[in-house]
Amino acid sequence: MTPLLDVRDLSVRFRTRDGVVQAVSDLSFTLRRGETLGIVGESGSGKSVSSLAIMGLLNPALTDISGEVVFEGTDLLKTKRDQLRHVRGRDISMIFQDPFACLHPMYRVGSQIAEAVLAHAKVSKSKAWDRAVELLGAVGIPNAKVRARDYPHQFSGGMRQRAMIAMSLVHNPDVLIADEPTTALDVTVQAQILELIDRVKKEFDIGVILITHDLGVVAETATHVMVMYAGRAMEYGPAHEIFNAAQHPYTWGLLESMPTVDKRLDVLVPIEGSPPSLLHPPPGCPFHPRCTYRFAPCDIERPPLVPIPGGHPDACHLPAERKREVWEKRVGAELGVVG
Amino acid sequence: MTASPAATPSVAARPGASPLIEVENLTKLFPVKQGVFARGTQNVHAVQDVSLTVYRGETLGIVGESGCGKSTTARLMVRLLEPTGGNVRFEGEDITHWSHRQLRPLRREMQIIFQDPYSSLNPRKTVGQIIGEPFAIHHTERDVKNRVRDLLSRVGLSPEHYNRYPHEFSGGQRQRIGVARALALQPKLIVCDEPVSALDVSVQAQILNLLKSLQDEFDLTYVFISHDLSVIRQISDRIAVMYVGRVVELADSELLYEHPRHPYTAALLSAVPKPQTDGSGFSRRQRIVLTGDVPSPVSPPAACVFHPRCPRFRPGHCDVETPLLRPFGAGHEAACHYPVERWPMTEEELRGPSRADSQAEAAGAN
Repeated sequence: MTPLLDVRDLSVRFRTRDGVVQAVSDLSFTLRRGETLGIVGESGSGKSVSSLAIMGLLNPALTDISGEVVFEGTDLLKTKRDQLRHVRGRDISMIFQDPFACLHPMYRVGSQIAEAVLAHAKVSKSKAWDRAVELLGAVGIPNAKVRARDYPHQFSGGMRQRAMIAMSLVHNPDVLIADEPTTALDVTVQAQILELIDRVKKEFDIGVILITHDLGVVAETATHVMVMYAGRAMEYGPAHEIFNAAQHPYTWGLLESMPTVDKRLDVLVPIEGSPPSLLHPPPGCPFHPRCTYRFAPCDIERPPLVPIPGGHPDACHLPAERKREVWEKRVGAELGVVG
Repeated sequence: MTASPAATPSVAARPGASPLIEVENLTKLFPVKQGVFARGTQNVHAVQDVSLTVYRGETLGIVGESGCGKSTTARLMVRLLEPTGGNVRFEGEDITHWSHRQLRPLRREMQIIFQDPYSSLNPRKTVGQIIGEPFAIHHTERDVKNRVRDLLSRVGLSPEHYNRYPHEFSGGQRQRIGVARALALQPKLIVCDEPVSALDVSVQAQILNLLKSLQDEFDLTYVFISHDLSVIRQISDRIAVMYVGRVVELADSELLYEHPRHPYTAALLSAVPKPQTDGSGFSRRQRIVLTGDVPSPVSPPAACVFHPRCPRFRPGHCDVETPLLRPFGAGHEAACHYPVERWPMTEEELRGPSRADSQAEAAGAN
C-alpha cells in the first residue's frame, strides 16, 4: 500500500533577529490509512512546527523549508499557495489545542462548520447547514439540530473540541493532524475525545497524526510513535516496540520521569538539565549534554536515524547490544515492562 | 540538584499528629451579576460544605477537574478569601473572619507556589529582589543578600544568578525561584497550586523531587493542588478528591489508588492515559468513559452532585438524598450511596452493582 503522506528530510529554519533557529532538522516519516502516528516531544522540540510546515501554514517570508512532503504523488512544498488551498482543509485537515481560540465567538457553531463545507464544495447554504448538523451528530453532540444554532460560548471545552473535529471532517479528509487536541481538557473529557478520534479514524478510514507531549495519550491511541528532541527524530517505530523495547536514552528518560498512577515512587528520575537552544544547538548528538550514557563520539559526531538489527530506527551511538541490555536490565525492568 | 532519597511517606493520620489547619463546613459563593442593571444575582457555588484537616508535616493533595473548587478551597484555608460559611482554624485559632491587619503576621507562616512560572514573577525585578522581597516586607532579616544566595543554592540554582532577570531562566528554573521565594520566611505551610502543570515531564520530576526533599529538610506542611492523578500520587500522604465544590472522597494516598470507593474517583483513575504494558506486550485498558461534562457550579445538580454522570446512578435515591462522607475504615471516607465494592472494575461491573452488596459492605466497615 502506498503511503498517504510521505515526509522526507523536512527541515525548517526560522530567520530571527538573533540568528537562524533550526526548528526542525531532517525529519522523515510515512503515514498510511488506518495508522495513528504519535509525535511526542517536550515544548520546543519542533513537533508543532513540523505539522505547520506540512500544512503550509508558516510564513514563507520568515522561514526556510526544505525537503519533501509527498501527498498523493505531489510535493506539497513545491505546490503554489492557491493550489495548496484545495488540499488544506479538504484532503488534510487539522485540529488544534485550544478549541475556543479556533471558533469565532460571534457566529453560530453550525454556520462555522457550514462555512467550511462551502469553502470546498458548490452546494446550497441549506445543504451545507444539513451537513454541519449531520457531522455534529456524528461526533457525539446530543440534539445536534438544536445545538448547531448555539454560539461557541454555550459549548463546553469538550464539545468545542468535538465541533472542531466535526469541522475537520466535512470533506472526508485523508489525513487528520491533531495538535495537542486534549491538552486543554480535563482527564474524563480527554478520554472521550481520544475515543472519538480513534472512532473517526476507523469510520472514515483516514491517517491521523497526533502531536502531544503526553506519552500516556500516545500509548492509548497511536500505532506508530516518533520521539522528537531539539527538532530531530530520536526514535521512530511501531508503538508497541517503543513502549516495550525503547532504544533511545531520551525515550528512557521520558518514560522514567513520568509519574505513574500505578505506584508511588520514592524518588522520580528526572532528566537533569534542560533542552538546548535551537539558536546554538550543541555539536554532535543534541541530547548528549543531558545523556547519562554519553561516550566518546557523542559530542562530536551526530548519530543518524538508522534501524538497529532486530529493532526500529533510532539516533544514538550506543551499540545495539548495550541498548537492549540497558532496557532489559534497568529501564524496562524498573517500569515493569520486561521480566 | 540534590535529590536526597525521600523517606517513606509519613502517614499523617497517625495518632498524635497535631492539626495545623482545620476547616469545617466551609462554603464559598461568588455572586455573578446578570443583565445590564446587575439585578437578580446568581451564585457560583465554588465550595460547598468542605471539612478538612491538614496535619503538621503531611502533604494533603487536593485533586479534581477544572472548576471543582480545589484552588478556592486552598485559598480559603490560607484566608486569601473570606468564606461565606463555615470556619477556618490555624494552629487552633479561629481566623475565619480576621481582618487583613490581623492576618499580616500570619502571612509569613503560609506561602503559595503558583502554577505559571511566567506570570508569577515580576519581569522587571532581579531574582535577588524577588526572593528578597518577603524579607523586606516582614523586616526579618539583616543580611538579605546572603540569605537569598543561600536559598538559591537550596533550590538547585547557582548563587551567581542573584542579579539575573526571570526571562533569562527556563520554566523549571523559574519554578525553582518561586519555591525559593516561598521558602524565604521559613513558613509552616506551603500551598502548591498546580506547581508542575506548566512544565515538561522531564522537568516536572525535578521539581517534585525538590519539593519532597525540602519538606524533609524544613519540616514543611504542603497542601498540594493538582488535576493530575499521577503527580498527586507521588507527593501526597492523604488525598481529597473534589467534584463541583464538594469533597467526594478522602483517603490515605495508597488506599485511594488501591481501592477507590467513589465512582467518580474510579472513573478519574481509569481515564488517565498511560503507557500500559504488561508481560504480554502493549495493551489497552478497560476504561470507564464518563458521558457528558462537568456541571455548572452556578446550578449544581440536586442531591449527589455526580448523579447526572454516574454509572451507578439510582433514580429516586441519588437525585433526592445528598450522600454524606461516611467512613470505610483507616480514615477513608467517601460520599456515595453505592460505593465501589472492589477495584479494578470494568464499566459494566461498575454499572450493575447489587444494592445488597454495597449495603453489606458499608455495614461491614462500620
